[in-house]
Amino acid sequence: MAVKDYIRDRFFPHIWCPGCGHGIVLNALLHAVDELALDRSSLCMVSGIGCSARISGYVGFHSMHTMHGRALACATGLKMARPSLNVFVPMGDGDATAIGGNHFIHACRRNIDITAIVLNNQIYGMTGGQYSPLSGPGILATTAPYRSIDAAFDIVNLAMGAGATFVARTTSFHVKEIADLLKKAVLHKGISVVEVMVQCPTYFGRKNKIGGPVEIMEYFREHTAPLGSKKLEENPELIPRGIFREETRPEYCEEYAAIVTRVRE
Amino acid sequence: MEAVTINRRWCKGCGICVAFCPKQALVLEQEKAECRPEKCIVCGMCELYCPDLAIVVDKSLKPKKAVKGVA
Repeated sequence: MAVKDYIRDRFFPHIWCPGCGHGIVLNALLHAVDELALDRSSLCMVSGIGCSARISGYVGFHSMHTMHGRALACATGLKMARPSLNVFVPMGDGDATAIGGNHFIHACRRNIDITAIVLNNQIYGMTGGQYSPLSGPGILATTAPYRSIDAAFDIVNLAMGAGATFVARTTSFHVKEIADLLKKAVLHKGISVVEVMVQCPTYFGRKNKIGGPVEIMEYFREHTAPLGSKKLEENPELIPRGIFREETRPEYCEEYAAIVTRVRE
Repeated sequence: MEAVTINRRWCKGCGICVAFCPKQALVLEQEKAECRPEKCIVCGMCELYCPDLAIVVDKSLKPKKAVKGVA
């Protein structure tokens, strides 16, 4: 199969702005699925609301477009009913940590076998550029005309603190790394949280005078470093990339199936 | 047959492929990406970078490396 066999090409060109990082993540995800040679009918994409949630409409898998922030809750129900499905949940930063913050930490705690992808563009793009819980202090947004004073969540630490068993971070500049991490995340048994820092050139880039998509991606290239690298050791202020945690813990659906068998005996 | 196929209908002219092509083989022509095959080494990075899924690179058309040490 080729990558184009995994999309609903009648909906292309997609609605995202020119240079939007979400397209790069969709592209990497399709390459990851293609390289793993997964059957389309074994995949399900469950999304909430926002620019990132549009991904579910473009993939030729089973898909559900659900409520804002509740994608993980719906995905949990789906996975419980059909444990054989590979479930992907793409979420934006607001979808995952503001509206769906509660669902996010509890999905991590349960360790249910879902691949959660957080597309962190540090802003609410679809609704007009409001600041999000991942914006951080000093950021300009339509709701923070004199710069935001709110501290940002660190998705990686949040997921690890909540008990996720696979936690990774990369950026839209590192395209091969996104596909590699997503492949590992799909194969991991239990919840996988992959944060991808993506560019929103329309709101984040323009408001904060960083520039267009290329300038934001160059910023990612210069301000991140792989875990365990010499570059990170010498410049600890850089944002680390890579796999932060990969461990095994009992998976929720398997535990549930085991308890059903035990009670029936 | 060109190795790099660009779907002009899907390309939004963001310039990401042009900026990050390791050989500067891509240019924007009338706000759409275009490949200069004489510079292209068929590495396939533009296919991965394209947010519009408009680029497909046929890796089977990658030029074979010259054999070293043959007189």
